[in-house]
Amino acid sequence: MEHHRSHIYGVMAEFDAPEQLIHAVEKTREAGYHRMDAYTPFPVEGLAHAMGLKRNMVPFITLLGGLAGGLGGFGFQYWAAAISYPQNIGGRPLNSWPAFIPVTFELTVLGAALCAVFGMLALNRLPQPHHPVFNVKRFVHATSDRFYLCIEARDPKFHVAETARFLQGLHPHHVTEVVYD
Amino acid sequence: MSAGQPPIDSPEIRRLTPVLGPGHTFRSVTDKISSIVLTRPTSFGWFVGFAIAFSLTGLMTIAIGWLFTKGVGIWGINIPIGWGFAIVNFVWWIGIGHAGTLISAILFLLNQKWRTSINRFAEAMTLFAVACAGIFPLIHTGRPWMAFYMFPYPSTMSLWPQFRSPLIWDVFAVSTYGTVSLLFWFVGLIPDLATLRDHAVTKPKQIIYGMLALGWRGSVRHWHRYQSAYLLLAGLATPLVLSVHTVVSFDFAIAIVPGWHTTIFPPYFVAGAIYSGFAMVLTIAIPLRKAYGLEDFITMRHLDNMAKVMLATGLIVAYGYFFEFFLSLYSGNKFDVYLVQQRLHGPYAPFYYALILCNILTPQLLWSYKLRHNVAFLFFMSIVVNIGMWLERFVIVVISLTRDFVPSAWGRYLPTFWDWATLIGTIGMFVMLLFLFVRVLPAISIAEMRELVAETSEDEK
Repeated sequence: MEHHRSHIYGVMAEFDAPEQLIHAVEKTREAGYHRMDAYTPFPVEGLAHAMGLKRNMVPFITLLGGLAGGLGGFGFQYWAAAISYPQNIGGRPLNSWPAFIPVTFELTVLGAALCAVFGMLALNRLPQPHHPVFNVKRFVHATSDRFYLCIEARDPKFHVAETARFLQGLHPHHVTEVVYD
Repeated sequence: MSAGQPPIDSPEIRRLTPVLGPGHTFRSVTDKISSIVLTRPTSFGWFVGFAIAFSLTGLMTIAIGWLFTKGVGIWGINIPIGWGFAIVNFVWWIGIGHAGTLISAILFLLNQKWRTSINRFAEAMTLFAVACAGIFPLIHTGRPWMAFYMFPYPSTMSLWPQFRSPLIWDVFAVSTYGTVSLLFWFVGLIPDLATLRDHAVTKPKQIIYGMLALGWRGSVRHWHRYQSAYLLLAGLATPLVLSVHTVVSFDFAIAIVPGWHTTIFPPYFVAGAIYSGFAMVLTIAIPLRKAYGLEDFITMRHLDNMAKVMLATGLIVAYGYFFEFFLSLYSGNKFDVYLVQQRLHGPYAPFYYALILCNILTPQLLWSYKLRHNVAFLFFMSIVVNIGMWLERFVIVVISLTRDFVPSAWGRYLPTFWDWATLIGTIGMFVMLLFLFVRVLPAISIAEMRELVAETSEDEK
């Protein structure tokens, strides 16, 4: 068993249609498996729900980025105009805040957008040049027209033969073992 | 409405003019779009078009090289007309970019399915238009090697940029816009790059697309965060795009020059930007769908919708013109009244009338259902609007500057060969980048088209 685990990442089933995959995910969860992932060529509606995924951290990170951009942007302008190099021009106020709004706004958007994108990539652990699922020959169809479910070896209930048999019972196109190389 | 025509937006008309041609599957959309990049041989026409665009880009490089050698004196600008073509072209290009963001962000938030097949190349258009726009203020500074002065960096002089100046607002607005547009475009491309990686047959393509795809594998957890990020980007890009042309209009509206100092500028500039941008999307979409046989993906419904957006924004622009005109007269300010007279009877009056013809009168033909479904006419119309919007910026910049407050400060502006060379050169660069784009990247979002296939097959059930 231990020997298997070191070689095998999981067992993967291939489906033709998104509905079949959602159904398979539901069945797999009912059967008591938890460590699994589904792979689809486009975001399938209802699949995240079926997988039990709830919220993610991307919106929160984006909020932090926006706050940092906005507060930092305004703070910097205030500091530059009122503290670092104050210029008295006819007694006009140094902290002329309405004139600082356009730059503050742009930096809010910039900070939020950078955090949304790089936060998403970081949480997804991307870029990741290689992953065991790419060892499956047929997996190239995951970016075209096929839908995959992979039950991972780290699931406590995982057993190569039994899990493969279980997946066969869901009427997939194919069932393959996913091995580390 | 004529007798035989079904009511607008009825199920019947949707069937007649679908957003996706019938009979498509996940596989067929994937193969069709990716084949343009991966397997189809490059056509002779592509090389001819690319060669022309590349030559014009060369012209631009020469024009800019000569400018750097001799200085801005080679242009037609003078005192009092210090702005000239550089600013006209800057505003024109940045406006064109706005439609790409509108399509990708605002129509996404409004859940408009027809945006799917046009958003990718419209976003590419945005990036290339911003690249063209960015050149102009830079070379207009006269000493572009000093342009970094506009960024806040700790200099030995302890000076900071003047954050109260619209010039600095422009720097932040345009650079943020360029960055966010690039991020949005790239995030949208990641799943398609993975498709290209998996479909490529040659090693170099597999490696290049593979690196760009960042190892995307379509995991549901990844998609989950990806969708959050995409939605947030759309939500951020929406106010951003409105702010960019607002800030550009501040370059004018903050000044006290007659014809510039008006509060209507921000909304009227934004509407004008979307107007010219949709015209440019049509100018690109019509030859693109023809050349690559994409009529199933970019259907008559798309062209019709874009024509309608053009008509609507054109009417907002017309309202802007009217109120600019009315408020100048109503204000009783003699400089403003004089400016209106100059527009109507001054030396640049032909430009003003051409502008009214291109931007207000001709587009009214788009009310006709028949003409909106005539592809050749739409292409012609899009060119007319592009020219019209360029004329608008010319009228705003030049007429106001030639007729300032005192007659001793009046002047004339005449563009030189180098002005034209730079403008035409940037058009060449824009076209060249588009040619390269359709050759190396999927011009239509494949992942989103699959989603559309899934949705339309659900609709049919």
